Amino acid sequence: MNAIQQDFVLAVEGLTVSFDGFKAVNDLSFYVDENEIRVIIGPNGAGKTTVLDLICGRTKATDGTIKFRGKELTKMKEHQIVHAGVGRKFQNPSIYEDLTVFENLEISFPRGRNVFGALMFKRDKEVVDKVEEIADLIFLKDDLNKQAALLSHGQKQWLEIGMLLIQDPQLLMLDEPVAGMSVAERKQTAELLNKITQGRSVIVIEHDMQFVADIAKRVTVLHQGKVLSEGSMERVQNDPKVKEVYLGH
Amino acid sequence: MSYGMRSFLPKSDAMKILLLAVLIMVVFPLSMDIFRLNLVGKYLSYAFVALGLVLCWGYGGILSLGQGVFFGLGGYCMAMFLKLEASTPEATAIQSTPGIPDFMDWNQLTALPWFWEPFHSLSFTVAAIIIVPVIFAFIISVAMFKRRVGGVYFAIITQAIAAILTILIIGQQGYTGGVNGITDLRTLKGWDIRTDEAKYILYFFCCIMLIGCLFVAQYVRKSKLGRLLVAMRDKEDRVRFSGYDVSNFKIFVFCLAAAFSAIGGAMFTLQVGFMSPTFVGIVPSIEMVIFCAVGGRLSIFGAIYGTLVVNWAKTTFSESFPELWLFGLGALFIGVVLAFPQGLAGLYTTWIEPRLSQWFKSLRSARPPMPSTTADSRS
Ligand SMILES: Nc1ncnc2c1ncn2[C@@H]1O[C@H](COP(=O)(O)OP(=O)(O)OP(=O)(O)O)[C@@H](O)[C@H]1O
Ligand SMILES: [Mg+2]
Repeated sequence: MNAIQQDFVLAVEGLTVSFDGFKAVNDLSFYVDENEIRVIIGPNGAGKTTVLDLICGRTKATDGTIKFRGKELTKMKEHQIVHAGVGRKFQNPSIYEDLTVFENLEISFPRGRNVFGALMFKRDKEVVDKVEEIADLIFLKDDLNKQAALLSHGQKQWLEIGMLLIQDPQLLMLDEPVAGMSVAERKQTAELLNKITQGRSVIVIEHDMQFVADIAKRVTVLHQGKVLSEGSMERVQNDPKVKEVYLGH
Repeated sequence: MSYGMRSFLPKSDAMKILLLAVLIMVVFPLSMDIFRLNLVGKYLSYAFVALGLVLCWGYGGILSLGQGVFFGLGGYCMAMFLKLEASTPEATAIQSTPGIPDFMDWNQLTALPWFWEPFHSLSFTVAAIIIVPVIFAFIISVAMFKRRVGGVYFAIITQAIAAILTILIIGQQGYTGGVNGITDLRTLKGWDIRTDEAKYILYFFCCIMLIGCLFVAQYVRKSKLGRLLVAMRDKEDRVRFSGYDVSNFKIFVFCLAAAFSAIGGAMFTLQVGFMSPTFVGIVPSIEMVIFCAVGGRLSIFGAIYGTLVVNWAKTTFSESFPELWLFGLGALFIGVVLAFPQGLAGLYTTWIEPRLSQWFKSLRSARPPMPSTTADSRS
């Protein structure tokens, strides 16, 4: 075993996926540290969402490896990857509109995940307490009985983040978490993210530069499926290659 | 707050089950002659299928256009037992091979096929009524859902299976009774099922089984599995990426719906006295979806009332205008889907329930207020 590799929570190496010959992600490598917030930016179609799809098993890689705490994710099924500790938020808020906020969070509570477990699942104090704790964190404490469809767009984004938090993932991946949010909501979300990164690593995809500046320590710029630049926000912003393709217009 | 611990049977649902039980087990038997009651019993055997469809289609979003397959398999298992009992060597002495079912003899079979043998046993038959259709449903659903085949493709495949099974039954006359089905069923362990008294008993038995299935359905829909089905219907990927193997839940609910249908099929055979491919194929399978849609595909109670109403209409209208009935049924389906997607149950919850609860409230406020003992029990 390679000692250096063990230090990373996530090690992506030589990752490639080709859709009918079009390489949406092309020989990509990057590493995420323990307790790191990594922001991935890049123009539309750069392959950001596809990278998350590959990590969480939604898309199968054509080539390359994804090691999460030493486990090879490319060979695992989606739900096994979740059980290993990877949580993923989708680009469009993905919540269960017909259920209440409480039920949305409860479904994500990591217990009773097989058929019989779900049939026997009891809504006990542990579940209720945990749901209330998370609801408090995502600013939805007073909306637990509300049908999720009635939430505002920003609240839906929070709810989905909450659904991941309740599983206490080691690696949290958020695809454009502040898209469609008001300025005030964005600020709240930045606070939320800074709070929830205690004890876990987070990958955030974001377009909003102000938001990125608020949360990021390291930024990876993706372009045409490859890493264009990587480093601190300052360094990346001053990189002429980045200016050319992304920030300079 | 109301999200604390909940029983699987809230008061309002218990009332609905009670009301249904009183209707089918007291009101109908008291107000109808045995001929009509037997007809209602036949309708109720379809209600098992509609009940399964509520969970499978209404909750899980899995539309099956082949539920007749499971209804038929359950019904045929029952019919095979009854047929063997009716085919004693004495009763079939005039056949060239006595002791085998008459249709086999007509088709020049000289021995009972091997898969008929175990149906001499009633306990085997009772087990087979559930197990055979469930195994079949399991194979279909594993093959489909593990490959992530769903939606319209799944519906079409179930439809094709219904067609294939019908063709198979009709084609294999010697083994299945062909297009006529398995007819001339007489006794169950020596007890004549054709008498009025037997028909009453079988009717009540059917009611009890239906209410039993209703409790199972109620439990499932109020469990986390029920909420998971709704979640999967809406955002399958979100469920998958919350750590669930989605296909297993689909397989479960499809098999459960198949088991309900199969029990319904067996009840049908017992009460109607025969089983034939007319209840297996595409048309009956689609009709059963319509019963469920008319009743309200999200309501386990609605599905049962829907089945009763549509079948009552079918019997009434097809007597007077037989050639118009299919058009009427089609129009009813389109009308319900477009105008009342929640079916009869939707009409009830939007129009009748609010008025009822208002009425109850006014009744209650007319009485002196009682000291409240139902403080929030969540602790
Ligand atoms: N399943 C697929 N089949 C074919 N092409 C795909 C598929 N998924 C993504 N692509 C293509 O891969 C490229 C990268 O898409 P991706 O969604 O990863 O971009 P993105 O960086 O997330 O963009 P955005 O900022 O718009 O969300 C796009 O050109 C897209 O059309
Ligand atoms: Mg994207």
